[in-house]
Amino acid sequence: MGTQGLYWLVPLAPLFGALVAGVFCRVISRRIAGSACILGVAVAFAASVAIFLDVREGGGFDGIVYTWLVSDESVFGIGFLIDPLTSAMMLIVTFVSLAVHIYAIGYMRDDPGYNRFFSYIALFTFSMLMLVMSNNFLQLFFGWEAVGLVSYLLIGFWHDRPSAAEAGMKAFLVNRVGDFGFVLGIGLIFAHFGTLDYTSVFNLAEKYRDAVVPLFGSSGFPLVSVICIMLFVGAMGKSAQMPFHVWLPESMEGPTPISALIHAATMVTAGIFMVARMSPLFELSETALSFVMVVGASTALFMGFLSIVQTDIKRVIAFSTLSQLGYMTAALGASAYSAAIFHLMTHAFFKALLFLAAGSVIIGMRHEQDIRYMGGLRKYMPVTGVTALIGSLALAGVPFLSGFYSKDSIIEAVRMSEIPGSGFAGFSLLTGVFVTAFYTFRLYFLVFHGRERFFAARGKQDGMHAHGFSRGQAPEEPPWTMTAPLIVLAIPSVIAGYLFIEPMLFGGFFHKAIVTADSHPAMERVFGHFSSPLEMALKAPGSAIFWLTAAGILLAWFLYLARPAIPAAIRARGGVLLEFLENGYYFDRFYAAVFCGGARLLGKGLWKAGDSGIIDGLFVGGSVRAVCRIAGLLRSLQSGHLARYAFSMAAGICAIFSLWFFIHMNWIKP
Amino acid sequence: MSAVPLLSCAIWLPIAAGLLVLAAGLAGNAPLARKFALFGAAAGLFVAAPLYFGFDVTTPAMQFVESKPWIPLFRINYHLGVDGLSAAFVMLNCFITLIVVFGSRVSSQKYAPSCDAVFLVMSGLFNGIFSALDGMLFYVFFEASLIPLYLLIGIWGGPGRVRAAFKFFLFTLMGSLPLLVAMIYLFFYSGGNFSIAAWHLMPIDKVSQTWVFFAFFMAFAVKTPMWPLHTWLPEAHVEAPTGGSIVLAAIALKLGAYGFLRLALPVVPDASREFAWIMVALSLAAVVYIGLVALAQMDMKKLVAYSSVAHMGFVTLGIFMLEAPGGASAASSALGIEGALIQMISHGFVAGAMFFCIGVLYERTHSRQIADYGGITRAMPKFAVFFMLFSMANIGLPGTSGFVGEILVILSAAEYNYGVAFVAASTLILSAAYTLWMYKRVMFGPVTNPAVAALNDIDVREFLVLSLLALGVLGIGLYPRSLSEIMRLSVSELLRHIAISKVF
Repeated sequence: MGTQGLYWLVPLAPLFGALVAGVFCRVISRRIAGSACILGVAVAFAASVAIFLDVREGGGFDGIVYTWLVSDESVFGIGFLIDPLTSAMMLIVTFVSLAVHIYAIGYMRDDPGYNRFFSYIALFTFSMLMLVMSNNFLQLFFGWEAVGLVSYLLIGFWHDRPSAAEAGMKAFLVNRVGDFGFVLGIGLIFAHFGTLDYTSVFNLAEKYRDAVVPLFGSSGFPLVSVICIMLFVGAMGKSAQMPFHVWLPESMEGPTPISALIHAATMVTAGIFMVARMSPLFELSETALSFVMVVGASTALFMGFLSIVQTDIKRVIAFSTLSQLGYMTAALGASAYSAAIFHLMTHAFFKALLFLAAGSVIIGMRHEQDIRYMGGLRKYMPVTGVTALIGSLALAGVPFLSGFYSKDSIIEAVRMSEIPGSGFAGFSLLTGVFVTAFYTFRLYFLVFHGRERFFAARGKQDGMHAHGFSRGQAPEEPPWTMTAPLIVLAIPSVIAGYLFIEPMLFGGFFHKAIVTADSHPAMERVFGHFSSPLEMALKAPGSAIFWLTAAGILLAWFLYLARPAIPAAIRARGGVLLEFLENGYYFDRFYAAVFCGGARLLGKGLWKAGDSGIIDGLFVGGSVRAVCRIAGLLRSLQSGHLARYAFSMAAGICAIFSLWFFIHMNWIKP
Repeated sequence: MSAVPLLSCAIWLPIAAGLLVLAAGLAGNAPLARKFALFGAAAGLFVAAPLYFGFDVTTPAMQFVESKPWIPLFRINYHLGVDGLSAAFVMLNCFITLIVVFGSRVSSQKYAPSCDAVFLVMSGLFNGIFSALDGMLFYVFFEASLIPLYLLIGIWGGPGRVRAAFKFFLFTLMGSLPLLVAMIYLFFYSGGNFSIAAWHLMPIDKVSQTWVFFAFFMAFAVKTPMWPLHTWLPEAHVEAPTGGSIVLAAIALKLGAYGFLRLALPVVPDASREFAWIMVALSLAAVVYIGLVALAQMDMKKLVAYSSVAHMGFVTLGIFMLEAPGGASAASSALGIEGALIQMISHGFVAGAMFFCIGVLYERTHSRQIADYGGITRAMPKFAVFFMLFSMANIGLPGTSGFVGEILVILSAAEYNYGVAFVAASTLILSAAYTLWMYKRVMFGPVTNPAVAALNDIDVREFLVLSLLALGVLGIGLYPRSLSEIMRLSVSELLRHIAISKVF
């Protein structure tokens, strides 16, 4: 009971903070609202630490704690599954959330929606915790949708901006398309396994390994593969995999702290977590794994390219996030679930760090976000500069830093994998290493090094409220509440990889929580080449990955610091390829034209032609017209002309009398 | 059970109060009329509460039964009672009546006592429909409830009210005449009996079942409304005053689906099973076709009206996923029917709330056109929160009542036929698209209309009404057992009953 209370405390403490800040948002002061939320999240973090320690000692839990609905044979409810995977996620979520909460005190200082903002991010923390702690698919879906809701609310946080409102709606709708698949996957599980409880489903899954079911009234479909692919469609929406990635870059309309928390560190990794959680299912389907791997590898490479051409500081990082999520997804496809979660963790640290550093730059630059108008900032913002460098090195995968360990493990695992598509995936991920290093340091050099370009006069753009600098003014480092979280996140960005690679990947920490089939030995083979984190880093120069990273960084230095004229010339010349990249492969335009335009057109057509035309016009109107015609005939009988009435009466009387006469004379028989 | 005839009170108290309101109003004493109206509505809820809280969940039998001969010549009885299928509706109806009467000053410029009177009378008649256990009594209440709605639209409606009221009346009349014929046919078939319970038990041959089923279909499909008999609804909603729209969406639309459950399924089970595929197909058409049509609407009320039709499509889908070709289990059918019932109750709260929200805006600006709005959030932040909550419930977000029915029906459909589930689940995308797009255009963005900038946020009364509705939406969403426990045994009993063929 004691530990169960602790489990409840983790999601409910942030919820409490969110309710206090949200319900009384117009009554209470900023200090109270902020403190309530931070306190709630801090409590959740502390409880998560306690639970983590308990789980390391072999503790755990799996059971329903609240019955939501009972129908015939099925019980739906809220339950917790506390195992190493869950407790690791809880730690990551609450830690990053806490850092972002504290950062937001400074970042949102001048915003009138301060209380509302805190309420939202605390609510997000609650939802995300419900998602990761769930022991059944229904609650998973609850958390899944709830984080989507908060994401929608936060992207559209500045709701007067049409672009923000648009972006929020787009995020919600694209996610809903993913959820469409997700729900159908859950439905299929329920239809065939008769339960939505993880453990029961996993236990039953083995029996259904080769089950073939008729779907859509036709030939047989392999049940487990269909389930896995349907579930993964949901993950593609939430984790923004191609072709569902279009919402993530636009989500940058939201305040920067939430870009760090939701759109980099936690929510977008829900899909990765979900697939890892479902490893007992995915391991049964080679087809699904192959699909997962190809989608992930494509996202990793093609989204990386897009990052190179962005000019908005947040969009550079957003496309980088897409690419890194692709890495994680590819790892899932290679059955390297632990490597995916490991990269999820390190990425949460360094990407949250990079986003918060970007937010710090934006504040320091007085809401300027275009990296072409920055440069040389390390002089003015030393803490931000150094922490951003750490984040960039980690992202690029420089040895000894956290990103190095996790990314290398993923690439190794994919190379060891034998499932169809691993050749393409291995190539994409390797190329991606070079691209990652290049765009990361392009950003770093453009912002923190080189010529100071922020004095350049800049025409006022609509939608932006950049103030600009005049001579004598300079960017400044923001207050400590914003720099402290940078430092707090910089530390694990450096050391987390070194410390945790052994226990997380090879030490059996995830034993039982993650299942890998004997026929998918990628991780085991990676382990075969592994001795210690120190040696792994020292041996790095012997691999292509290291040199690709170095080449990327070097090229970024050459193009953006040594010879800045070259990229400027390329941009000036334009060309088909550049246009193709700048338009994001035309995904957005295609969707807008085909799906949005098509649905609207179809709706209008059905309304005008179907409802008004056929149903009302033909059937309803037709019967009304028929009634009118008959009524018209009858009406002519009562025209109001006295003479006609008299005539009719006379004729009637004549007729009746004739009838009577005929009957009377027995000429006709009645 | 108890000495007090609760169901009779739930029917006649509001009607009596309505007549008092009318009398006071005609006498020109508006304040007194208002007092009578509020009292009547509160009293209705007060007598209905024991039906819900004192409901015995351990039996599928009829409870709170009252029976007296009414027209002995035709063996028509004044026979009342509720079971798990109907108890919650009586409660919902009384609740919505209180909301409407309490909030009615929102909708009309000057207070019209006779308007309140109509709401009260209608509330009593609806309670009669939900508790009638005699076919003729059911029919009388069913038809009588047409009149107040017709008056509401025709007298207190918008500029196109006459046409809308007429269309509404014609459509429903077209449905009710076959219903009357079916009732009389069943009367003779059963050897001179109007008792619904007797009809449930009596064997009926195949051909008669078909005729009776389609007679029921005409009556209930128009009322629900099912595609393609839905075109009267958007027009009626647009012209109806706010209170009328709320009652129409929250209660009147439930009568059709309730009729299917109370009459069509148990009286003619073989025909219901045989033609279930038609019902499923029409329901799916409603979900997709209407979802797309809703997307194209420019009038908020019309949009929500179409969204109601789509949601009711989910209800009829849940009811008629009876026996799958592959052999759906009783458990999955039960899931579908429970989902449908919860969806109906939930829709009462959500659609009622959506229409109330639109009424709040209409009251201030006298426009329902989406294009006339934009940036309301800036001017009315409290209102924005409520409207967001109800929009999310309309989308079926987990944690709100809209989710419960939707997920149960989709889960049931996945077992029934995966293709059906596939089409049904498209509501996830469509409902989000039309609801959020409307919300965005009305509530977000910069304020472009100077009239919007001057808007006042909701007052205390509106706040109270919206809070009560929100409580219902969240309550059902977070603890649906409060409803499903009441329905469970009656649903299993119904399914057990209809699984047995009546063809002799």
